[in-house]
Amino acid sequence: MAVVFEKPHALTDAPLHYCPGCTHGIIHRLIAEVIDELGIEGETIGVASVGCSVMAYDYFNVDFVQAAHGRAPAVATGVKRADPSKVVFTYQGDGDLAAIGTAETVHSAARRENITVIFVNNAIYGMTGGQMAPTTLPGMVTQTSPYGRDVEAVGYPIKVCEMLSQVDGAAYLERVSVHDVAHVRKAKAAIKKAFQNQLDGKGFSLVEIVSTCPTNWGVTPEKALKFVESDMLPYYPLGVYKDIYAEGGEE
Amino acid sequence: MGDKVLMKGNEAIAEAAIKAGCRHYFGYPITPQTEVAAYMSKRMPKIGGTFLQAESEIAAINMVIGVASAGYRVMTSSSSPGISLKQEGISYLAGCDLPALVVNVERGGPGLGGIQPSQSDYWQATKAGGHGDYHNLVLAPASVQEMASLTIKGFELADKYGMVAMILADGTMGQMMEPVEIDDIEIKTVEKPWALTGTGMKREHNIVNSLYLKPELLEQKNFERYEKYAKIERDEAMFEEYLMDDAEICLVAFGITSRVAKNAINEARAKGVKVGMIRPITLWPFPKKAFEARADQCKAFVSVEMSMGQMIEDVKLAIECKKPVYLCNRVGGMIPTPEDILSKIDEVGGAK
Ligand SMILES: Cc1ncc(C[n+]2csc(CCOP(=O)(O)OP(=O)(O)O)c2C)c(N)n1
Ligand code: SF4
Repeated sequence: MAVVFEKPHALTDAPLHYCPGCTHGIIHRLIAEVIDELGIEGETIGVASVGCSVMAYDYFNVDFVQAAHGRAPAVATGVKRADPSKVVFTYQGDGDLAAIGTAETVHSAARRENITVIFVNNAIYGMTGGQMAPTTLPGMVTQTSPYGRDVEAVGYPIKVCEMLSQVDGAAYLERVSVHDVAHVRKAKAAIKKAFQNQLDGKGFSLVEIVSTCPTNWGVTPEKALKFVESDMLPYYPLGVYKDIYAEGGEE
Repeated sequence: MGDKVLMKGNEAIAEAAIKAGCRHYFGYPITPQTEVAAYMSKRMPKIGGTFLQAESEIAAINMVIGVASAGYRVMTSSSSPGISLKQEGISYLAGCDLPALVVNVERGGPGLGGIQPSQSDYWQATKAGGHGDYHNLVLAPASVQEMASLTIKGFELADKYGMVAMILADGTMGQMMEPVEIDDIEIKTVEKPWALTGTGMKREHNIVNSLYLKPELLEQKNFERYEKYAKIERDEAMFEEYLMDDAEICLVAFGITSRVAKNAINEARAKGVKVGMIRPITLWPFPKKAFEARADQCKAFVSVEMSMGQMIEDVKLAIECKKPVYLCNRVGGMIPTPEDILSKIDEVGGAK
């Protein structure tokens, strides 16, 4: 009988611990498919961050190091500099990458580290139970913004792709989403490009994936996907923010 | 080879690290350790190594974690305020059982403190400066030659035990120039089957991690680490004794203060006072055996420190409070003079 659906080889058999309907699972699968398709499993090294995806090291069939909160790009810098022939990627949430780890994010981009950053923007701190994140939308209710994010009091969300597009060292920045099949396909293409860039020595590539957290948003998985489309995407427009190697790019 | 050259202590550390096979250095500028980074920035590009000035000490220590997990020798250096920032990373290195060399060329504190020499990070270095139960190997050089030899030793011990070795020097040691001989050495490498080298599709994936959500497992990990520490306390303590055979008063000092103490001892001896010194070379493990052996012989101990009395606690523990232990100290960037020490010797009953 023909096999029509298979688990990517780059995923282990460990059952994912993510909540039902959480898009972390989709993103894991996309990365694993890309690793399979590029044939890089044996030479890939992942850097897990602190957040719901902290145990990514159990899920991917590749060598992995677990980094302190926000420090994954610095750890990845070390891994890559130690052996530039390896393919190195980080997997980080928004609290990790855009709050506590902002400096590491900006400076690894500025140095044009030849690494791939997978950035999961779910507008909330998932793992710690739903506190306000640097990406929480204005007015959005979280555990630590119970009356809605008041931008006058706590400031505005950080738009990572827009911010990094001002950093000369960043080579490729794209924001994608996984809220429906068509967007999932686009997300995979972006992830593949971010890994291919590294293989081609093109330098710092980051894919921001607008994601969901049904549990801490307090909605059903279905409503969460709708919220992405209705509320997240207007604030976080999809698209390529920088691609210095594209036609019409900088280089 | 075999030639003596005049070098600053900080440069001797850098050159010795290169001799020890370290090809990756990450740092952030801070006085008084800047020469380590300056030296590395000149040398590393010429020998195919990495010199990277990171955006912060936090980033630097995490870059160290990256290289260490890939299985290569790696180091960072800083001074007190920067070492405080590195503590999170040092705790992770301990939790992942990763080898690395961290150099602290101490200055006065707390806070921004000053830029003159100090030993006031003794507690931070020897009692686990970050969170969790752990130790670093702490080596305290007292000459430029030792800045070099203990750097090499530090790399070897770090690899042997899978942990951080820290060079705890003070600003004087870093800035002082002395003749030094740094020979090519045979690099003692150890197998690192846990290193992240890519599976090559030939083995299970390796994971470098400090997270254990099951308390039984985390407890077990801590127990295992402490068995390792117990072995280190048995096997790796280093110290030097100076005129201890007939000593009635025992000075205890490391780094620059041990050199001042030697001068004071010589002067006191000329007056017929029986005083000697134990100089701990490893601050962790603290050389307890050296003290056990002298606790009955001596009538008093004097801890000579450039801190408000941090090592003195270890001295008291090592002699099980059998004899009085006095403190002779200057802080804030001040160095005790031989006169300071001599008057302390008088005070504790060493006057003839
Ligand atoms: C230094 C430090 N501060 C705080 C924490 C607690 N903490 C764990 S996960 C997390 C938030 C993670 O949120 P995010 O990066 O958005 O990822 P998500 O869980 O949403 O996937 C925080 C604050 C920590 N582990 N370490
Ligand atoms: S808490 Fe949110 S981000 Fe974390 S696994 Fe659950 S749904 Fe996903």
